[in-house]
Amino acid sequence: MQLSRDDLKRAYERMFTIRAFEERVEKEFSQGNIPGFAHVYLGQEASGVGVCFDLGDEDYIGSTHRGHGHCIAKGVDVKGMMLEIMGKAGGLCGGKGGSMHIADLSKGMLGANAIVGGAPPLAVGAALTQKYNKTGKVAVAFTGDGASNQGTVFEALNMAVVLKVPAIFAFENNSYGEHTHVSYACGAPSIADRVRAFGMPCEVVDGMDFFAVLEGMRKALEHARAGHGPYGLEIQCKRFLGHFVGDPQAYRTPAELAEARAADALPRFRDRVLEAGLLDAADFEAIEAQVLELVEAAVQEALVAPFPDPARDLTRDVYVRYA
Amino acid sequence: MSKKTYVQAINEAVRQEMRRDPKVIVIGEDVAGGQGATGEAGGVGSVFGQMQGLYREFGPDRVIDTPISESAIVGAAAGAALTGLRPVAEMMFVDFVGVCFDQIYNQAAKFRYMFGGKARTPMVLRATIGAGFRAAAQHSQTLHPLFTMVPGLKVVMPSSPYDAKGLLIQAIRDDDPVIFLESKFLFGMEGEVPDEPYRIPFGEANIVREGKHMTFVAFGAMVPRAVAAAEALAKEGVQVEVIDPRTTSPLDEDTILESVAKTGRLVVIDESPPRCSLAADIAGLVADKGFHSLKAPIRQVTCPHTPVPFSPTLEDEYLPTPARIEAAARSILVHA
Repeated sequence: MQLSRDDLKRAYERMFTIRAFEERVEKEFSQGNIPGFAHVYLGQEASGVGVCFDLGDEDYIGSTHRGHGHCIAKGVDVKGMMLEIMGKAGGLCGGKGGSMHIADLSKGMLGANAIVGGAPPLAVGAALTQKYNKTGKVAVAFTGDGASNQGTVFEALNMAVVLKVPAIFAFENNSYGEHTHVSYACGAPSIADRVRAFGMPCEVVDGMDFFAVLEGMRKALEHARAGHGPYGLEIQCKRFLGHFVGDPQAYRTPAELAEARAADALPRFRDRVLEAGLLDAADFEAIEAQVLELVEAAVQEALVAPFPDPARDLTRDVYVRYA
Repeated sequence: MSKKTYVQAINEAVRQEMRRDPKVIVIGEDVAGGQGATGEAGGVGSVFGQMQGLYREFGPDRVIDTPISESAIVGAAAGAALTGLRPVAEMMFVDFVGVCFDQIYNQAAKFRYMFGGKARTPMVLRATIGAGFRAAAQHSQTLHPLFTMVPGLKVVMPSSPYDAKGLLIQAIRDDDPVIFLESKFLFGMEGEVPDEPYRIPFGEANIVREGKHMTFVAFGAMVPRAVAAAEALAKEGVQVEVIDPRTTSPLDEDTILESVAKTGRLVVIDESPPRCSLAADIAGLVADKGFHSLKAPIRQVTCPHTPVPFSPTLEDEYLPTPARIEAAARSILVHA
C-alpha cells in the first residue's frame, strides 16, 4: 500500500492526537477536573484511525463507551470534546452528554454509547438511510469483543445482511469486556467466524498496525459501496489501561501490560515510515509539537470555561415541560 | 451489632444466605471479575464491590461471571428460579434493563399468575440506581416506576445499611421475582447493622421520624434528603413525619394514610421524572383514599421531565434537593 506524504502525516497526526488527548484525560481525571467515569482509548489508536481514514463527514459511525478515539479519528473538534468531557456549557453536547455520549452529527459521529451493543442496530439504520437515498455512503458500527455477546448485536448483524445495507461492523477485540477476558466470555474462539455465520465477509486484522487496519477497511468500503451489503472486521488490539481510569487491574499481570505497551502502534508506524524514507524525524516532531499545543489549548480553555446554567439549560431540548 | 456501610450490608446479606442455602447462586457481569485473564480472578466482586470476596468463598459454581448479555443473565436467572435454584442476578446499572426488559416483564413477572399459580420464580434482580455520580444519561436512572407498574414483581428500595441487609435477605427467601434497587448515592453510608441474619418484611413502611404537622414520603436515596429537610423545618417548630415505604410494591398504603390522617399535609419526594412516578402514584392514593384528611394540596418533589444530564451544575439541580423539599413544604404550611 502506498500512501502520500500528506496522508501519512494525517494518519500520524490523528493517532498522536488520540494518544495525547487520552493521556491528558487520564491526568485531568486524576486531578479531579473530569467528573464521572473516563474510559480511554490508549492502545487502540490505529484501529479508530485506520477505520475512519477514508470516511467523509457524510459517512456515519456509531461508537462505544470508549469513544474519544473514534471521535478524533472521525475529525471531531478536540476542544469541543474536552469541554464536553469536563461538563462545560460550550461542549459538543452542551455538557449534557459527557464522555460516554459525545456526539457530533455534522461529522457523521452518531455518539459514544454507554450501552454495550447499543450502536450496531443504529448503524444498520444509518446504513439503511444511505441505501434508501442512494448516497454511496456507509455506516460503521464500532463495537467490541464484549458486545459480540449481546443479542442486539446478533440481530443487527442478521438484519444488515437481510436488508443488504452498507454497514461495516468494526469489532475492536481488545481482549476485555470490562474486567473479563474474551477467552472466558466468548464461547467460540473466533469473533470473525461468528460474524461470517450471519452471511457477510469478515476479516481479521492486526489492530496495532495502522496499515493493516486501513487495508482491511478499504476492502470493506469497496464491498459496501458497491452495494454488496455489510462487511465485518475483527480488529485485534490492546487496551493499555483498565476498563476505566483508576481500574487497578489486578486481573492483568505486569507482563501482560508490558506486552501490550510493547506492541504500541505509534512507534511501529513511525519506524516503518522512517525506514521507508517517506517522512523524516523532523516531520514527526513537528506533528507532535502541533498536536500537544492543540491539546494544551483545549485543556486550558475547558478548565476555565463556564458550566451550564441550570435555570436556562436543565429543561432545554425537551419536547414537553412539566413544572 | 456493628457499623457497616450500605455496600457491606448488601454483601453480608448475600454471603449469609449463600452459607445458609446451597440453592442460592450469584450471576452477573464481573460479579467475580478477571475470568480468563492473566492475573487474578475474583478481585472485582461487582463494579462497586457489592459481591466482593464471594467468589473466593463460594467458587465459580456459585458465583458465576457472565458475558455482557443482559437478556441471557435475566432469562437464565428466571429459568433457574423456575426449576429450583435461588439466583441473585446482578444488573450492573439499572439502565441496562432496556436491553433485557422482556425477560423481566413478559417472562419472570408473569409465570406465577399465567401458569395458574403452579410456578414459583424465587429470583432477585439487584441493580444499582440513581443520579449524582456524573455518570450521565445511560448510567444514572432509577426506573423504579417502570418495575412498580408491572404485576408480578416486588420492588425494593432500601434507604439505609440496616434496611439493605434485612430487605435483601427477605428478597432472597421470597418465592417471587424481586427487583432490588441499590442507590449508588448511599453506598458509602454507614449505620448499625446486626451481624446475624434478619428479615424485614415487604410492604411495611418505616417511620423514620415522627411528626404531627406534615408527612413526607420518600424512597431510597431521597430518604436522607427528606430527613435533612425535616430537621431544618423542626428548627422552626414544624414537626414532619418522614415515611419510607421501603418497597414500592407491595406498598404500605395504611401507614401513609394513617400519617396523613394525623398531619393533613403531604409532600412526596421521588427521584424520578414527574409523570407516572411514585410521587404521582402516592399523591393519587391519598387523593383517593385520604381526601378528607387533607388540609392543603399535595406537593410532589421530583426530577424534571428530562434524561439525567452529565454536567455537575445540571445534575445537582436535577435531583430533588433538601432546599426544594423545604420550599414545597413551606408552600403548603400556609393553608389552614
